[in-house]
Amino acid sequence: MIKEKENTEPKKTKEKSKTPIIQIKDLHKTFGVDNEVLKGVNLTVNQGEDLVILGRSGSGKSVTIKCIVGLIVPDKGEIKVFDEDVLNLTKPELNEIRVRIGFLFQSGALYDSMSVRENLAFTLKKHKRELTAEEVENEVIEALDNVGLSDAIDKMPSELSGGMQKRIGLARTLILKPEIILYDEPTTGLDTITSREISELILDIKHKRKTTSIIITHDMACAKLTADRIMVLKDGVIHAEGTYEELEKDEDEWVRSFFE
Amino acid sequence: MIFTLKNTFTEIGSATLFAKQFFKEVFIPPYEAKEFLKQCYVIGYKSLPLVAITGFIMGLVLTLQSRPTLVKFGAESWLPGMVALSLIREIAPVITALICAGKISSGIGAELGSMKVTEQIDAMEVSAINPYNYLVVTRILACTIMVPILVIFADAIGIIGGYVGINIHGDVNFYRYLTQILQSLEFLDLIPATIKTFFFGFFIGMIGCFKGFNASNGTESVGKAANSAVVTASLTIFILDMVAVQITDLFF
Repeated sequence: MIKEKENTEPKKTKEKSKTPIIQIKDLHKTFGVDNEVLKGVNLTVNQGEDLVILGRSGSGKSVTIKCIVGLIVPDKGEIKVFDEDVLNLTKPELNEIRVRIGFLFQSGALYDSMSVRENLAFTLKKHKRELTAEEVENEVIEALDNVGLSDAIDKMPSELSGGMQKRIGLARTLILKPEIILYDEPTTGLDTITSREISELILDIKHKRKTTSIIITHDMACAKLTADRIMVLKDGVIHAEGTYEELEKDEDEWVRSFFE
Repeated sequence: MIFTLKNTFTEIGSATLFAKQFFKEVFIPPYEAKEFLKQCYVIGYKSLPLVAITGFIMGLVLTLQSRPTLVKFGAESWLPGMVALSLIREIAPVITALICAGKISSGIGAELGSMKVTEQIDAMEVSAINPYNYLVVTRILACTIMVPILVIFADAIGIIGGYVGINIHGDVNFYRYLTQILQSLEFLDLIPATIKTFFFGFFIGMIGCFKGFNASNGTESVGKAANSAVVTASLTIFILDMVAVQITDLFF
């Protein structure tokens, strides 16, 4: 297990030979006048890897993944996704990248004026205009089957439980068959059983679709099940990096406290 | 005081950029025809009962209030023309626009504000769907088209209200009432009044969308967005009306 000083690149415990899909270098972001959330984040995610980012609330985990998809523009730094410099892309170019990235929001972010069917079909119709109504319906059913919720197809988001909303959110993310999935606290606010189901679903998606993922979580059971590698964010920089087993025995008490 | 002024000018600047984006995106495909029609239904059709009731009451009350004065001067026969002129040129457009500001602008502000707070707008953005095009352009366009139609509807219902008001104290048949109205109306009475309603509609939609789209995080901001949309839209309607009357006065 390795730790790092501020603004320095953490050493890797396992050098992976896989292709880097997401590369972040020296990412800085300040909100307002002096609320500096990111102070030089450096990270690399390799193809097919599940990276879990841990950290206290407000440490900049969500900000980091929102920068990846261009929802937040950082003040400084470099973000490369599929070898494209996200920060210097035009809007249409960025949208081409976004189609290849799925983003699961903490709340599910289902469109509450639409039924589950419409939620899923909406995204699909916008990007695959050539599909017939029947093909769209089949894709929607398949996506819902993948998350085990085909019975909820005609329900409105307000009729769904928190766990169901996240699953539907995941189905909506999966319908475009993304190569990268960014999970923003996928199990927050759910009971232990539902959290485990969601974590298993994440693992299942990884195996079936060979996706690359970044998972932001506070749920250590989720981290243990899904993580190939874990990074711990502290004070706006990557403070520690390693596998679950390595970080669990880390010499830094603060890092170990996540695992207790 | 200086801070408030600075905030106001910052807000006006942001709103102007927001409106500028509308004119940029309204002509760029994809055209969200289905969503636009849905918004026309929600904004226009669903406002009909409210506009009908207020339009009828406006016509009725205006007739009843004006009648004693006209009777005093022996000019009771001018009543239909006067009521129609007042309704068409000023009262129906402004009152209907104010009702729309209360119903539509606040509704849009709350809806988009809630979507913003629950990350639904972000979800659209990361799915490579242009939320401005889908949510804002459709709503502003629907408001710009439906508010004038609602005003024309309020004019018609207001005239019927005036007819009822006249017949409370007298016995005038509808054909004669309508003939008197048409004799006192000129085509130029309709043009400026109709043109200004397009501006009312545009600003009602634009302000509602702007406030909702820029709601900060937290449920409290949804209420603030809705409230602020009504206040700003209502004030804007009065300012626009004042400008429109001045321009009309210059040219007609």
